[in-house]
Amino acid sequence: MKKFNFINPTKENLIPNLYVGTCLVIISLIDVFLNSFFKLNLISFLPFILSFFLPFVLGMIGLHLIRIEYSGIKKLDNLNKNINTSNFNAALTLLILFIIIKAIPPVFSWMIFDANISGDTKDACSGSGACWTYIKIWFKRFMYGMYPNEQIWRVNLAFIFLIALAFVGFFTAEKYKKFLTLYYVVIYPIIAFILIYYLISGGALGLEWVETGAWGGLSLTFIVSFFSLIFCFPLGMALALGRRTELPVVKYVSVGFIEFWRGVPLITVLFMSSVMFPMFLPQDFFMDKLVRVIIAISLFEAAYVAEVIRGGLQALPRGQYDASKSLGMGYWKMHIFVILPQALKLVIPGIANTFLALVKDTPLIFVVGLAEIVGMLQMAKTNPKWLGFAMEGYVFSAIIFFIICYAMSRYSYNLELKYKTDR
Amino acid sequence: MKFKKFLPQAITLLVVVIIFGFFSLNAQINMANRGIDFGYGFLTQESSFDVQFSLIEYSGSDSYGRAYLVGLLNTLLVSILGIIFCTVLGVVVGIARLSPNFLIRTTAAWYVEFFRNIPLLLQIFFWYYAALRALPLPQEAEPMLGSFFLTIKGFYTPSLVWMNLDIFIYSIIASIVSIIFIRIHGKKLRENEGKHIPVLNISIAILFILPLLTFFFGGVKVGYETPVLKQLAKTSFIFEGGLSIPPELLSLVIALSLYTATFIAECVRAGIQGVGKGQREAAASIGLNRKQVLNLIIMPQALRIIIPPTTNQYLNLTKNSSLAAAIAYPDLVLVFAGTALMQTGKAIEIVSITMLTYLTLSLSISLLMNWYNAKIAIVEK
Repeated sequence: MKKFNFINPTKENLIPNLYVGTCLVIISLIDVFLNSFFKLNLISFLPFILSFFLPFVLGMIGLHLIRIEYSGIKKLDNLNKNINTSNFNAALTLLILFIIIKAIPPVFSWMIFDANISGDTKDACSGSGACWTYIKIWFKRFMYGMYPNEQIWRVNLAFIFLIALAFVGFFTAEKYKKFLTLYYVVIYPIIAFILIYYLISGGALGLEWVETGAWGGLSLTFIVSFFSLIFCFPLGMALALGRRTELPVVKYVSVGFIEFWRGVPLITVLFMSSVMFPMFLPQDFFMDKLVRVIIAISLFEAAYVAEVIRGGLQALPRGQYDASKSLGMGYWKMHIFVILPQALKLVIPGIANTFLALVKDTPLIFVVGLAEIVGMLQMAKTNPKWLGFAMEGYVFSAIIFFIICYAMSRYSYNLELKYKTDR
Repeated sequence: MKFKKFLPQAITLLVVVIIFGFFSLNAQINMANRGIDFGYGFLTQESSFDVQFSLIEYSGSDSYGRAYLVGLLNTLLVSILGIIFCTVLGVVVGIARLSPNFLIRTTAAWYVEFFRNIPLLLQIFFWYYAALRALPLPQEAEPMLGSFFLTIKGFYTPSLVWMNLDIFIYSIIASIVSIIFIRIHGKKLRENEGKHIPVLNISIAILFILPLLTFFFGGVKVGYETPVLKQLAKTSFIFEGGLSIPPELLSLVIALSLYTATFIAECVRAGIQGVGKGQREAAASIGLNRKQVLNLIIMPQALRIIIPPTTNQYLNLTKNSSLAAAIAYPDLVLVFAGTALMQTGKAIEIVSITMLTYLTLSLSISLLMNWYNAKIAIVEK
């Protein structure tokens, strides 16, 4: 056996270095693990500073020892390349591992082991963990707002219909595929509006009238984002085209519109829709709060959509315009058949980001007194029977929003890959 | 042909005129009916409401105009603090996303995915109502590093007490001006005569030496004041002296910077990735050293990609700071479009002033941005 070389581990003394290094790393991880999971400190006989830093020091030495280039062992090389390229990287690796190990027990005990879900009053929550009872009791409110309990089936039914109708595109025969765009852009929104108007709002067909003030929770988030999304897209497209025309009046009206809405925060727009807009309407003309909010958000997001689409239009090479003009196409023919399909394909990620922003902006409607899920949380938090459970509510709705937004961004990513045509 | 161009414009103009005319006509009728008169005279009237946190002297006897200024300054304070923190965090995370270390890369990616996909309002509420509420009461707070206290009523730090501060500031300004001159001179020298002078080192030296000289010889003195616990009533304690940062500001800055940093991280990552590998190799092959490659080849190109979307994010942060109203931090929206509007009832005037303020802020930044873009754009032949 050759002499042990600790300072510069090389391939010659691979085996001893590997054994010692691996042992040290494992010891340091086990120490942190025991410390965090079982509150057991193996090296408590040492002074505090030493026992605090010992796992880190051991881990660093261990990682230094196993940092052998071209060792010939594929797994070791991979490991080194990924987490152990230099001392700095090794330190960061160890820190992250330690933090993860340290964070697992408190998080899990709060969320699962010490948490309560049984019972239906505040007294059921005696443990030190989360009180999921609170979420369980308030679940209907978080989903449907103040919508009457016995009428909730109407909301469910409307959403089931809408989701089912949204999937029509997957089952149409090849023959009818060309009508899909028409269906999604014109017919589907109309159906959605009719469903929501007659089923959720009621007032006709023997259904009880439920005013929009009672709507709320996650279903309201969906309704607001759905309609704003439908309205803002065509408007944004028109504005983007308007900004690119050579007609000065159309161009500057579009520029002014876009820059105005992009320059102000949404919260002031909502303020405007609630306190200033009624002043601009004829006296006996009443417009529902929800409708005003949807219009405000649509106008606001349309400006952002317009800028995104403009980016796509600018990215197209001039040749596309020239070629379609040389074929004798007019303005509309050229845009509908040549320019827009290509431009929209380019801006899928941008559009998806704007729509994500829209969904994330919907909680703001609380400033005009509409309580979607975050608004309902604020209401539930101040309920005297359920004080002190803010954290659970926020974690719950954060998870919901994360799932929705993450799914949307993944979907847009897939869409981007699907329509990617290399040019 | 002329008709074809004329018609759409005429229609657009007509629609715009009709909409505006309709709205203003209705507004006139409505205001006449309710007996409200239109005007900005209320700005000089006494406001008679109090603001919790203000950077300038303000009391209820001041005018609405001053209340507006208080709100504006608070908005700017949050925005500037947020911009500083989110830039630092965003750059670190953006670089971490390109790290060769798998764990760092993944952690950074999860940080970005997580904080980006949760509504900002929810994050602000989380920090304000859940996280910062778990902090200890003032009397139970443990001092950190001697005299910093993080309590449920805010963050208390020692504050600096200056004497002859103005001389010190003048010296800093003087050093900055001289640095600018030296840079210009250095550039001229480099372009005309090919001589290199160590501009960076000289600048740093001036920046430190001149203020230090005035500090020691100009009669500038600095002391500090530490926060001291004081008992108001039997169970009510408060810290006095020093600098106190209210929890509203704290949670707002934390939430805004964590949220915006995710977007900046993505901008930084895209910018660094956007510089082709060939650029680096070409630079190395003509004999530039590592520092030169970074300074002369990579950074100018990466910054060209990074800066425009990052400025956009700064703008977003400034606009998002208006969410302050939700947790009662007295920013422009809360003070002016909230309290002042309630008291005066001048909806049109106040909402329009608020919107115009934000519009001015964003438009001036985007004008600056366009100018910068035009300046740095690669001139193609």
